[in-house]
Amino acid sequence: MGAAIRFLTRTREPGRLGWTDILAYAYLVLGVVLILAPVLWLFVSSFKSQRALIESDPRFLPYEQVTVTLPGSTRPSGLVEWTAPDGNRRVLVQIRPSGTDLVVADPAKPDETFAVPRRETRPHERVRARVENYVEPTLQGGRTGTFQFPRYFANSAFVTILATLITLTISSMAAFALSKYRFRGRDTFMFLIVATLLMPATVILVPLFVVVKNFGMLDSLWGVIIPGAATPTGVFLLRQYMLTIPDELIEAARMDAASEWKIYYRIVLPLALPALAVLAILSIIWRWNDFLWPLVVLTRSETFTLQLGLSSFKGEMNDATHYLLAMTVLTLLPVTFVFAFLQKYITTGIANTGMK
Amino acid sequence: MRWLVLPMLAALDPPMRAIQRRIGIERLAYVFLLPTMLIFGLFSFLPAALNVWISFTGGSSTIVSARPFVGLQNYEALLACESIFVPKSCPVAGFGFWTGMWNTLTFALVQVPAMTVVALATAIVLNRKIRARGFWRALFFYPVMLSPVVVAVVWDWVLKRRGILNALLADLTNAWNGLLAWLPFHVDPVAAFRPVNWLADASTSWPFFWVVFVYSWSHLGFYMLILLAGLQAIPKDLYEAAEMDGTPPWRVFLRITLPLLMPTLLVVLVLSLIRAFQVFDEVYVLTGGGPGTATRMVIQHIYETAFVSDAKLFGIAAASSVLLACIILVLTLAQLALSRRQAGG
Amino acid sequence: MATLDLVGVRKSFGPTDVIHGVDLSIAHGEFCVFVGPSGCGKSTLLRMIAGLESVTAGELRIDGQRVNELGAAERGLAMVFQSYALYPHMSVRQNLSFGLENMRVAKAEIDRRVAEAARMLRLEAYLDRRPGALSGGQRQRVAIGRAVVREPRIFLFDEPLSNLDAELRVRMRAELGALHDRLGNTMIYVTHDQVEAMTLADRIAVLRDGRCEQFDRPLELYNAPANIFVAGFIGSPRMNFLPARVGKREGAAATLALAAGGQVRVDGLAGPAAEGAEVTFGVRPEHVQLVAAGAGEIDLRVSLTEQLGGESYVYGTIGDGHEMTARLQGQTRVRAGESVGLSLSRSTATYLFDKDGRALKRGVAEAR
Repeated sequence: MGAAIRFLTRTREPGRLGWTDILAYAYLVLGVVLILAPVLWLFVSSFKSQRALIESDPRFLPYEQVTVTLPGSTRPSGLVEWTAPDGNRRVLVQIRPSGTDLVVADPAKPDETFAVPRRETRPHERVRARVENYVEPTLQGGRTGTFQFPRYFANSAFVTILATLITLTISSMAAFALSKYRFRGRDTFMFLIVATLLMPATVILVPLFVVVKNFGMLDSLWGVIIPGAATPTGVFLLRQYMLTIPDELIEAARMDAASEWKIYYRIVLPLALPALAVLAILSIIWRWNDFLWPLVVLTRSETFTLQLGLSSFKGEMNDATHYLLAMTVLTLLPVTFVFAFLQKYITTGIANTGMK
Repeated sequence: MRWLVLPMLAALDPPMRAIQRRIGIERLAYVFLLPTMLIFGLFSFLPAALNVWISFTGGSSTIVSARPFVGLQNYEALLACESIFVPKSCPVAGFGFWTGMWNTLTFALVQVPAMTVVALATAIVLNRKIRARGFWRALFFYPVMLSPVVVAVVWDWVLKRRGILNALLADLTNAWNGLLAWLPFHVDPVAAFRPVNWLADASTSWPFFWVVFVYSWSHLGFYMLILLAGLQAIPKDLYEAAEMDGTPPWRVFLRITLPLLMPTLLVVLVLSLIRAFQVFDEVYVLTGGGPGTATRMVIQHIYETAFVSDAKLFGIAAASSVLLACIILVLTLAQLALSRRQAGG
Repeated sequence: MATLDLVGVRKSFGPTDVIHGVDLSIAHGEFCVFVGPSGCGKSTLLRMIAGLESVTAGELRIDGQRVNELGAAERGLAMVFQSYALYPHMSVRQNLSFGLENMRVAKAEIDRRVAEAARMLRLEAYLDRRPGALSGGQRQRVAIGRAVVREPRIFLFDEPLSNLDAELRVRMRAELGALHDRLGNTMIYVTHDQVEAMTLADRIAVLRDGRCEQFDRPLELYNAPANIFVAGFIGSPRMNFLPARVGKREGAAATLALAAGGQVRVDGLAGPAAEGAEVTFGVRPEHVQLVAAGAGEIDLRVSLTEQLGGESYVYGTIGDGHEMTARLQGQTRVRAGESVGLSLSRSTATYLFDKDGRALKRGVAEAR
């Protein structure tokens, strides 16, 4: 009887995989490989030695030749593995090259040198993450020359934090006015704000530069912060949300003798927190990743943001790939952390607003 | 954050209260709008107007009143071609502009459909009853968070001549040939793989391909998310009704999913088209517009004409952006019309 | 002491007039209810008194002083909103004290008033909860508490009970009545529910289309409605209205010829009702008596009976198709499809209206 009922009410068991499910998972895995593999490769590469990078060592993990400093010498010498014709294997210290041979010695008896054919040797390596790639540019800016990571980082952080605070404040003020007041010209203001969508910075690059220059904000971080502080996206996102706050709450606060400004920051702002969080995240992404506009405004390297510093460093393409990769990782790390912790809010927030 | 922001806002209460007493509650709205409108006025509307004026002026001065009026000269420099389809037949400025324009157009026409199709496929897969949907969704979205410069460095590192992609392809070729040698019958082995200079080989279309690929790679997640939201807004009972009717899956897709997703799909198309016409960051850092001018986009032309060249040809750059603005204007109006229709319907 | 006077108060939103000149005088300590169908302007009028809407014309006086130009907070009023409008991000205590803080009341005084209101409204246990964690009735009490702590001159209530379920509504109604007795403040209360109006009010203002139709004590409205609208609005089920013509008139008494056939005798006519004038005869369902078919003034063809146990409703149509309702004490054997007679004049509770709807006679004498 039970079997009959089960037969009649049978649906696709949740635990079983149909071939379409397998296909779907295969697609997802392929996608994830395409997305994560390059980033992961950059990440492990950033721990490799400069030499491994120049030789484009395709091995996944960072290998490095082991070195010893021989007594009486100031410079470290590399170890090599020598495979003798009889199949014996020995670890030797390389003294100097000699034609097609290497002059080597036993590390224990460095004075007894002898020559072995170079093709019978290979570097004696071990896995080692070169943290120096990170430490040197951040802590000892001097050695890396033009790449001043701490300064760029500070500039980027300054721009991102201040611009986001300003954007949140002025956009929420405008949204409050547009959602909770009846006043002459409200529709005109809405229209004007929508109209700014037609004037992205990429399109008005030249005159925007002229205006900013005439304000004396060239080569100043304020020249990056202020022009983009007002965003139609932000105003509309917040306005849509504030429309859902009941007018009676505002009126109750008015009866409670709150000033309009107090209603704004004690009632409306706390209640619009979810929308403010979405805008904050968007603004942080925009500002941290912004490139073209800072590129136009900032010409002195002291004022560079991380993105500019990284891009000019890449452009110079000196033999400091190991620093470039490490600094790239440092640049993507904050965003990655923010994303890892807030991904649920970010993805649902963006999906709900349909804006980036 | 609270203890930082709230006192600052509270400190503004007395002056705002005074203004409120002076002008009344309703007119206080203008005060609330003031900072936003001031910034829009100075940094959107004023530049938009100046753009047109500058495009009729010459010289390299940034003082607007000091720029000599040259009439349509700048536009002539851009448009005086034997044929705009052959940038080489244009004056120098026109060559840069039309090369960029045609590159951008090709880029948009290839990138937008390709990315939309992949984004749609991904959204459909993620809309199934999938385990850990949030995890997958987040992974596909992750590149959107990365800055264009980081994206360019990541892919440059993968694609360089002695990079990992060439190494992998060489290994694969060897492995394949090794496999063939084991077969009991003879199959001609594949020629040994010769490393390709993916981003610099001017004799192939690879640089353009990779520019499209990398750009799509970094933007796909965003559109996937919008499409997924659109898919999830389709009422489930429609699918259940179709299942009751025994409708085959492909028919369900064509007759239910696609028509109901159409508004979202249109928004995605127009939005990505607007963005594609403004492509610059990723490409500039990845290839610098090269090899030659193979991936030089129109924004790069504007940027370099105004800010990189010694001549500082602001007039030419402004004229170029006025022409570009026309295209973006049409697209943005289309987007606004679409989203209005969507909101209304 | 707080009296409220409305003198020719008008309100327009652009070209549309919503309040067409209302005159009311509300005495100190009075519980005044604004009642009317939706869209009658009762909420707008309340919001104008509160200072949330401007006054287009006319004058608002509190204690004899013009307050038209004063802001909402400066009039010394407190309001309880339909949705309660509690600040969802603040605890009950913060909700109660927010207004007092804004008015720079001393901390100790705020604490005293909050504690007192909380005790009075049995909210002590919930002071540190947020509104979201409270039941409907508790939220309602917080909303009232927020008004109480302000110690306002006048309380304003905007349909405060409409979001509660039936049982809770009855309980809160009683509590509101008790609150009024205890505080003795002037209160103005807006509702569309006539039971609330009848039970709570000292005086009721019946509003329609931005006009005050009648402002009187509850039983006066029931017994002596000024016009056909008030007569139909107060009382449930609604009063039966039958078109008629004045037949023979003898002093204060007259014989009416009903349009549906049959004659009814009425007395106590106050207004002029010339013989032959077209009038509307009104009788409340509870004053209609069922008799055998043909034995009353008119016959009713029963279409539906509703038996509630303690009372019964009989619905049907009379000769000219007019619908009539009778409300009977106890239970009835009458079934749908039967014909019964209606006795309309055995009660003194009959009403007569001229063709403009004005009352021509009083109903029942008020119970003493």
